[in-house]
Amino acid sequence: MSTHKPTAPARTYAAYSAPLWRRVLLTRETAVIALTAAVILYSIVNVPNFDGPLTLKFLLQDIAPILLIALPMTLVIITGEIDLSVASIMGLSSVLLGVLHENGMSVPAAALLALLAGLACGALNGFLIAYVGLPSLAVTIGTLALFRGIAVGLLGTKAVTDFTEKWSDVATGTIGDSRIPLVIIPFAVLAVAFVVLLHFSTFGRGVYDIGLNDEAAHFTGVDVARTKFILFVLSGVVSAFAGIYFTLRFGSARGDNATGYELQVIAAVLLGGVSIFGGRGRLHGVLAGVVLIGVISSALRLESVTVNVTNIIVGCLLVASVILPSVLASTSSRLPRKAATPPESRPTQNAASAGV
Amino acid sequence: MIASNTAAPVLELRDVSKSFGPVVALRSGSLRVDAGSIHALVGENGAGKSTLVKVVAGVHRRDTGTFELGGEPVDFSSTAESKQAGIAVIYQEPTLFPDLSVTENIFMGRQLLSRGRRIDRQAMYAEAEGLFTRLGVRIDPRRPAEGLSIADQQIIEIAKAISLDARLLVMDEPTAALSGVEVERLFAVARSLRDEGRALVFISHRFDEVFALADTVTVMRDGAYIDTRRIDETSPSELVSLMVGRDVDDLFPKVPAEIGAPVLQVRGLNRAGVFHDIDLEVRAGEIVGLAGLVGAGRSEIARAVFGVDRYDSGSVSVAGKPVKGHDPRSAIRAGMAFIPEDRRKQGLVIDSSVTRNVAGVIRRGIAKAGLLTSAMEHRAAGPWAATLEVKTSALDMTAATMSGGNQQKVVIAKWLATGPKLLIIDEPTRGIDVGTKAEVHRLLSELAGQGLAILMISSELPEVLGMADRVLVLCEGRITAELDRADATPEAVMHAATHHLEAAR
Repeated sequence: MSTHKPTAPARTYAAYSAPLWRRVLLTRETAVIALTAAVILYSIVNVPNFDGPLTLKFLLQDIAPILLIALPMTLVIITGEIDLSVASIMGLSSVLLGVLHENGMSVPAAALLALLAGLACGALNGFLIAYVGLPSLAVTIGTLALFRGIAVGLLGTKAVTDFTEKWSDVATGTIGDSRIPLVIIPFAVLAVAFVVLLHFSTFGRGVYDIGLNDEAAHFTGVDVARTKFILFVLSGVVSAFAGIYFTLRFGSARGDNATGYELQVIAAVLLGGVSIFGGRGRLHGVLAGVVLIGVISSALRLESVTVNVTNIIVGCLLVASVILPSVLASTSSRLPRKAATPPESRPTQNAASAGV
Repeated sequence: MIASNTAAPVLELRDVSKSFGPVVALRSGSLRVDAGSIHALVGENGAGKSTLVKVVAGVHRRDTGTFELGGEPVDFSSTAESKQAGIAVIYQEPTLFPDLSVTENIFMGRQLLSRGRRIDRQAMYAEAEGLFTRLGVRIDPRRPAEGLSIADQQIIEIAKAISLDARLLVMDEPTAALSGVEVERLFAVARSLRDEGRALVFISHRFDEVFALADTVTVMRDGAYIDTRRIDETSPSELVSLMVGRDVDDLFPKVPAEIGAPVLQVRGLNRAGVFHDIDLEVRAGEIVGLAGLVGAGRSEIARAVFGVDRYDSGSVSVAGKPVKGHDPRSAIRAGMAFIPEDRRKQGLVIDSSVTRNVAGVIRRGIAKAGLLTSAMEHRAAGPWAATLEVKTSALDMTAATMSGGNQQKVVIAKWLATGPKLLIIDEPTRGIDVGTKAEVHRLLSELAGQGLAILMISSELPEVLGMADRVLVLCEGRITAELDRADATPEAVMHAATHHLEAAR
């Protein structure tokens, strides 16, 4: 394929229509990162104890499951699908870890089986969505109830709490003497892997193509079904891993662990600039979105503001982040100014000569 | 301009302009349409015809210029206002409510009422019947709009326009998706409307239709008015040179190519209810045309051969090696390239950049150790875009910002980059302006000369007859004739395309 060469090119093209600084700075992702940095600075200056020794550790431990699941969720949403069953898979893996450990299995062996269960859950979602062709919203609402039901059914209302101390320590420990929790290590590895997968691989190009136009993707030889299947399996496995971490951190396996986390994950992904219609978004924006929500929650908690208020603020932020780009786009199209149009819809002068 | 009538024209636009941000879509549009006349509006894609129509329809508001309707200056800020003023626009693909009945679609938003504000269905059915009789078409007013052909849907739009007593009807490329018979019926309707004294504006890329239907023609180029001629005082070649601003002498520059070994072999391909017993062969250097009416199964066969659709039985092989069915990836590996009919939905990821589109199929080949960066894609895509002379300011511009002709070049670049043995191209020049059309034809001819096997589907008979070395004619899913270039006359092709019964035996 790559050996084929075009005949003498008649002209060359600029690779980009805008200078580097514009492509880097005038993006949704940069806006989220800047906002996150601003909120962190504000909190350090104004919120008592925000710069305390434990804040960073607890903050990162709190957002670790969301950070983890946001990785595959970003790819799933970019293909135009959604996975609402992630929190239920966390719950199911938590219960499996507890039940298997209670019956004498070592923590690593039980965790491995829990991961496999997550894989199976993801494969079920993926099969129904990618190969049977059912809508992901309906399928994962169903499996959200199904997996949660199995989790609660297995353990009832009781909790398993007697985990080997060694593994609980791993889940709550930090890297050396720093304030960074150990869980950030597997997260960092996964984050690098997902960035490469989405932004620097042919698979990732296919993910965007599917989200923008799955029919055209099919016509160019992207295996749409296999791509979606793989993403749902990844989502299942990573959710199970997050569930195991969650269980060991709190030393408690319960059927209702992590209830409602799916919405926190999706909120963060959307806040980070991923389009719910698919095809747009980048991972660094999403990770900034997760951190932003985490910092706001943490700062408000230190200010003794109730969780309800936190939710209201996060909710408003999310709605504003969805509305703002369209408001900006419509105002800038009404005012005939030169540089105010958003990057997506910005036509250049040359578009006129190319024909519209 | 034409000798001025005593009465004010139905529509008169002078020096109308419209810009979108920095993009000037219409610099200086002028159009004068008289009552009882069919006025053709021609120009390349991007000449500003559609923008002009949208100004008339009230979709866009003009920036400058005068806009008069029946001598009165008007200024529409919505489509409702233009409808109120008696303007009806019929688009290439009508947008009806599929679940509602034909009658409900016609009377949408202004249903006839009987006592007690109840909807008077009987009166509506009767009036719909009356409209269809007047138009000389037979459509059941009670049936749902779902499943109607595009031609019938357009008739419904026209019926709606008449029931609103529109004095000006604008038809934007109404014939693009119609078969010969349907075009004739549409033209008969258009002529009867003209004879009733209404004014019609007809936009088309097909000159035979312009000359068959219109009495006056206005040419636009680069967003500006060029000239208006009476149709009996002009010729197709004159219009073409007005449109492109230069002479295009040969629309179909087919050069003879050396024909080599068979590349594509299709044997006994079947899909229940769609196509039957399809045997075909395309040799290296050969262009095989697949002709037939819309709905004869041409595109369906192409899609099955390439593997985007399944087939029930039969076999496909490229250069002697069998290709797995229903698997585009194995078709691509075998050396097939497929440029589908619907560029915006199937050919391109329209919201993606030129680079991502051009490198869309070859990216597996340009990745190093599984890693792929934008820079690598730009490097690979740039020369291909250049080879096809794609007009764009930068490689990261989205395909959606480009004209139809340039989009088609992007699709062709994408597939040529794979170094294919066989190119299947469905409607190579649909919705493409005259200049680019000739470029595409020249390119196909050159590619065949380099030994590429080409299977070309086209609804434009001159294109098939001009380009193909061999023509296969389909009718209702069966190949009804195989004609060599010398034997392929319009009569022979149309005969085979409509006479399936005796030929299918």
